[in-house]
Amino acid sequence: MKTYDAIVVGAGHNGLTNAAYLAKSGLNVLCVEKNDYIGGATVSRNLYKDWLYSNCSYVCSLLRPEIYRDLELARHGLQVTPPYGGGCNFMQNGDYLGSYIDHEVQYREFARFSKADADAYERYAADIMRQCRFIRDFLLRTPPDPASFKLRDLRELAYLGKKFFEMGEQQMYDSIRFWTMSVAEYLDEYFETDVIKSKLSGSGIIGTALGIHSPGTSYVLLHHYMGDIDGNIGAWGFARGGTGAVASAISKAFLSYGGELRTEAGVEQITVKNGKVTGVALSSGEEIKANVVVSAMDVKNTFLRCMDKKVLDEDFYHRVKHFKIRGSSGKLNIALGGLPSFPALPKDSLLINGFMHFTDTMERMERAYDDWKEGTWSKDPYVDMMIPTLTDPTMAPPGKHFMSCFVQYCPAQIEGRDWTDEERQQFGQTVIDQIAKYSPDFKSLIEHVEIRTPAVIEDEIGITEGNIFHGELTMDQLMFNRPVPGYAQYRGPVGGLYMCGSSAHPGGGIMAAPGCNAAREILLDLKRPNITPITFGDD
Amino acid sequence: MTIIEVEQGRLRSPFYPRQAEIDRLSLWHDWKGYASADGFYDTSLEYFAVRNSTGVFDISPMTKYRVTGPDSLEFVDRLVTRNMRKVKPGRVAYAVWCDDEGQVIDDGTIFHLEEEGVYRICSQERHFSWFKTAAIDMDVTIVDETKDICGLAVQGPTSFSVLNSMGLDGLENLRPFGLTTFDFQGAELMVSRTGFTGDLGYELWINPEKAVDLWDALFDAGKLFGIRAIGTSALHLSRIEAGFIQAYDDFLPAHATVRPGRSRSPLELGLEWLVDFKKPNFNGRRALEKEMHNGSTWRLVKLDIEGNKPAHHSYIYPRKGRGKECGFITSAAWSPVCKQNIALGTVRTPYGKVGDKLYVEIYYQREMHWSKVVAEATVVDQPFWNPPRRRATPPGAC
Amino acid sequence: MTDKFDAIVIGAGHNGLVCASLLAKSGKKVLVLEANEQVGGAAVTRSFATGYSVSAVSHLLYQLQPQVEKDLELNVSLAAERLDTIALSEDGNHVRINGDDVSGVSDADKGEYQAFRKRMTRFADLLNTYFNRTAPRLAKDASKSDLLTLGKLGFDIRRLGRKEMQQFLRLIGMNICDEVNERFESGLLRGAISLDATLGTHLGPRSPTTILTYLYRLAGTHGTLSLPAGGMSAVSEALADSARNNGAVIKTGMKVARVIVESSRVAGVETESGESFTSQCVVSNADPKATIMKLVGARHLETGFVRRIQHIRMRGNAAKLHLALDDLPTMDGIERREFGNRFLIAPDERYVERAFNYVKYGDASAKPVFEITFPSFHDNTLVPAGKHVMSAVIQYVPYELRDGWSDDSRNAFKKLALETLSDYMPDVEQKVTTAELLTPADIEEQFHITGGHWHHGELTLDQFLFTRPVGGAHQYAMPVGGLYLCGAGTHPGGGVSGAAGRNAARAILKREKTV
Repeated sequence: MKTYDAIVVGAGHNGLTNAAYLAKSGLNVLCVEKNDYIGGATVSRNLYKDWLYSNCSYVCSLLRPEIYRDLELARHGLQVTPPYGGGCNFMQNGDYLGSYIDHEVQYREFARFSKADADAYERYAADIMRQCRFIRDFLLRTPPDPASFKLRDLRELAYLGKKFFEMGEQQMYDSIRFWTMSVAEYLDEYFETDVIKSKLSGSGIIGTALGIHSPGTSYVLLHHYMGDIDGNIGAWGFARGGTGAVASAISKAFLSYGGELRTEAGVEQITVKNGKVTGVALSSGEEIKANVVVSAMDVKNTFLRCMDKKVLDEDFYHRVKHFKIRGSSGKLNIALGGLPSFPALPKDSLLINGFMHFTDTMERMERAYDDWKEGTWSKDPYVDMMIPTLTDPTMAPPGKHFMSCFVQYCPAQIEGRDWTDEERQQFGQTVIDQIAKYSPDFKSLIEHVEIRTPAVIEDEIGITEGNIFHGELTMDQLMFNRPVPGYAQYRGPVGGLYMCGSSAHPGGGIMAAPGCNAAREILLDLKRPNITPITFGDD
Repeated sequence: MTIIEVEQGRLRSPFYPRQAEIDRLSLWHDWKGYASADGFYDTSLEYFAVRNSTGVFDISPMTKYRVTGPDSLEFVDRLVTRNMRKVKPGRVAYAVWCDDEGQVIDDGTIFHLEEEGVYRICSQERHFSWFKTAAIDMDVTIVDETKDICGLAVQGPTSFSVLNSMGLDGLENLRPFGLTTFDFQGAELMVSRTGFTGDLGYELWINPEKAVDLWDALFDAGKLFGIRAIGTSALHLSRIEAGFIQAYDDFLPAHATVRPGRSRSPLELGLEWLVDFKKPNFNGRRALEKEMHNGSTWRLVKLDIEGNKPAHHSYIYPRKGRGKECGFITSAAWSPVCKQNIALGTVRTPYGKVGDKLYVEIYYQREMHWSKVVAEATVVDQPFWNPPRRRATPPGAC
Repeated sequence: MTDKFDAIVIGAGHNGLVCASLLAKSGKKVLVLEANEQVGGAAVTRSFATGYSVSAVSHLLYQLQPQVEKDLELNVSLAAERLDTIALSEDGNHVRINGDDVSGVSDADKGEYQAFRKRMTRFADLLNTYFNRTAPRLAKDASKSDLLTLGKLGFDIRRLGRKEMQQFLRLIGMNICDEVNERFESGLLRGAISLDATLGTHLGPRSPTTILTYLYRLAGTHGTLSLPAGGMSAVSEALADSARNNGAVIKTGMKVARVIVESSRVAGVETESGESFTSQCVVSNADPKATIMKLVGARHLETGFVRRIQHIRMRGNAAKLHLALDDLPTMDGIERREFGNRFLIAPDERYVERAFNYVKYGDASAKPVFEITFPSFHDNTLVPAGKHVMSAVIQYVPYELRDGWSDDSRNAFKKLALETLSDYMPDVEQKVTTAELLTPADIEEQFHITGGHWHHGELTLDQFLFTRPVGGAHQYAMPVGGLYLCGAGTHPGGGVSGAAGRNAARAILKREKTV
């Protein structure tokens, strides 16, 4: 029987990235995927007629350009197009708040509500950018272990300290505040207008089980902002052909380096002998041998489901068990027979090309979270809606449209028990009704709806509670605390076992950084030359 | 209900109808949301209008705030580094204002209008949010009047004659940095003897409704005095000759900087003369006092460079030959009127003292081929162009 | 009349008194000006009904820093010490907590609680070292002692050992809710800990950083509860005596109207009655917002600094309810001899979180959280013979009620509070003769604390250590020459601990020496 140098479990974008680097380094790599399609949550699926749904993740902004370039993803067919980066927030009084790309038009729009806010936005943007620049430097670096005395960790810690001190005294204090504050309070320091604050606060909660008033949500905002398209920090884009095109391109890169990919090969067990991994056992019963096993699954799946508790350190097991991966978001994918109209928007407005939101006050934002805390979906949810077919017409037949609705909040369970199908339908209806309030013809255009709760996503993709980040982005689960203190350097507690999924630093989003960083550590352990890219820096 | 969308694209200045008529180039750029012409005819033609007759530049997009109320003096005095108590009604002051760290947020002109205690702050950037915070605990009202007032800079040796023949009587008594008002067709026309060209010149401020009428009256009066509308390119050249610094060229407003160390203090911009440490309290004072004590990091220099190749984007070296650079050029030009190769640059201290010799690495291109020359540059004290007529009161008739 | 002093302390709250006493002890001529007739600020005993007195705002002593007691040779006489905490259950199966011990829970919970306490007290001890010294500056030109403190902090964290250090760095930014859920089966125990972590803050158990607020509570005395004899004024009077003995002059009923600033330096203060006192050093025990925005005036400070001060969050959520009682009420499962303890109404962490939900929107909790004591049980000087008094902290009650506080809304909340109490003490309403409710707005008005916030500023990571009250002005000296803060709004924060006052005094003495 063939023994591989490495087996990567899970063909999501991180698994594929990791596998690609290992294969590129000359290792004999197998990537196994439980589903009959690849991509994990980085996927486009044809679930209704000629529609292609980006049915999990829906935009691509965090994908590290270093990896994009290094793995030649463009040559492998990936094309990321920045759509109109603006959008709008519909207001209950019939007005709307537009977001425009043009700086001056944006100023005029904000000034319509408050001149001070319009003015403050520039200060806000500069302050956020400062934080982005700081964090971006660490995305393609392995977090240092503050409890270690190893030269490398001390050097990395010193680097972190140096970067921090370079900011200057006042900026350091401001940064400490930024990293620990709630997004609502952070925004209060700049803006007075409710709808402007609620528009900006959305990025502070997307994908998390936190409310806008929860300390630490400023960082989440940053996590959504720190990506870039062609050096434009904060810009975002669509992969032509849906998000799945990202996974497809990375897999082609992987195959081009001689890697082997098997779908419908779900892993039942990661096998361990004498404190070292020996390979994986598939659910079919087949066993495959390898010296290195890299899990792209979230840590709970990796350690609680696929490993024997006996081989794990008790403390480690305990920490993984209590690692916070919380289902907090749902998704509606909708096939539309035509483009819905939004009467509040002026004719031919560009805004329809961007994100549309329906929450216009901070109170509504936070109340949506209160519902989640009580174990139910938000009755007045925060919906991050957009129509990708306006940018990428390949996703639906001509004249037809695909609408993606990301919904915050939606729990993994209803009051501690599983969802019923009826409740899932009600959840979908809640979202549809909210949109229909601002679009009278919307309902009549709906041809098909896919309603995805965290439970549905978990069943299909495998991510625990369908959490888009494979684990909350709270302070206790970031950097050297992610996923478990002492295990933030991609190495598992068993020899030859590595973690390359979004549970590891720097976290989720289609970033591919964990996959790449894990590859660097594996190559280091195997005493092979490092072939992973270093950050472009100073953007 | 459909909400009318905010204006998309560039706004048009109240003078736009006339500018459009004369425009031969169709070269416009964005200036704080307004369309501003790079030029209308030809940069050289426009530039020499400023130095030889009269050039008219549209300054309507400047940000303008009106400050009124019992504490208005205290407000502006704490805001800027210079002593505003010395600026009497009817006078204008060039000033800079700083953040708490003593870094320049912006520079601008502050008009103490004829009515005592009423100020107009005129600047590149917007500062409403900063001013609002600065106004806490003070009885002042701050109104953004950017859209309510439009302006023309009327600059050049014949500018006084133009305005005089337009019927602005008594203007000959207006000293540099003075301001006065006239009636213009029933509207108030404010005239200040200010400008950004380093030459004799005035700035005219009026209600936008009268913009086109003012333009017409001005150009009618200027016909015999070589009046010509000019665009930004000509102005840019003039202001480098005058040694004036420009936000986003020679310094970055502190609030817009993201990287540490990219902002500048007034001391680093050669504006010590604007900082009055004797006045009670102003923003950035503690930091600037500390900087005075510890020394600055940067120094803005005016450079007279040998040869005739403009030193755009060049590195500055302390020594000819090898060695680490000590700064870079921020604005450069061949001065047609001085026949000098001039530049403004920023260098690390202790380099750049007046009289120092520095070396500038200049790249230039001829027929697609790039060449490099290392030119000697002398740090000079005075503006490159500083004619006596700029200050003469009354200005000599031309 | 103009008197000249080496230092003037505005406010005779406990921190002001500690600071004044220490300054006077080192030979400074110190004047303390207090707006109210009584010294003590929010640590006072007040009469609220004929014959009935009660500790008006803070009502339990659990944070007084041993260092402060030592430096000032304090000897506060206590009516009771080492009180139990009893987490009330409607069904009478209460949970009793004292120190490391807990009863009324499973053995597993007992074990977990001990492990939890061990870790938490260890972390609290670590932090407490830094609560008793000035927080360092983060700057290239930081002083030697700043660098030393930073180095020591790093060293102390490392000295916890690899495992505990990792836990420290993980827990410090975490919420209490996840931690108690991970550990304990008993809802009452979870609720009690959640309450301790959130009392006096604008945070719910789910809010990240509530572990920090919990550690804060344990710092110094590990949360050991005492009742001073005669109420909290006993502490304040002891502090005032110490200050007077050291030579400080304390004048009450003198409300400072403004700090006089001349040429960017303080020159003295002026009272509302028009008296002025000269000093080159003014130390404010008032909260940072009131000090800067009202007493000094933003015009004397820099715009960026003013903006930071303005953004200090200090929305109080804790109300006080005082009941004059004919007799102790009855509680299911509680014997009369146990009434001297601290009772909590916080059945579980979800209850606390729900109670918190309301204040986010400017409403008062429909099911509030209570911390209850019957001080008269130990101390009959507070009440007419045979009578009793109840003192309760109620959360969450907003500082800014959606439609503003009025007599109606105050009465409505009082009624709701009594109804909630009745669920646990069915006969309480019959025993009440007088009830006084102090909302955060009342506390602001009567005790001059902006927002009525206990800590003079929310105690969250972003307003902690280097950034308390604001980054760059966290070493007690303010940007106006000779102006200092010494109150709870400065490092380390509120609670009757005296740490801020002591640190401030030391910082002032050090600085005035070098100037």
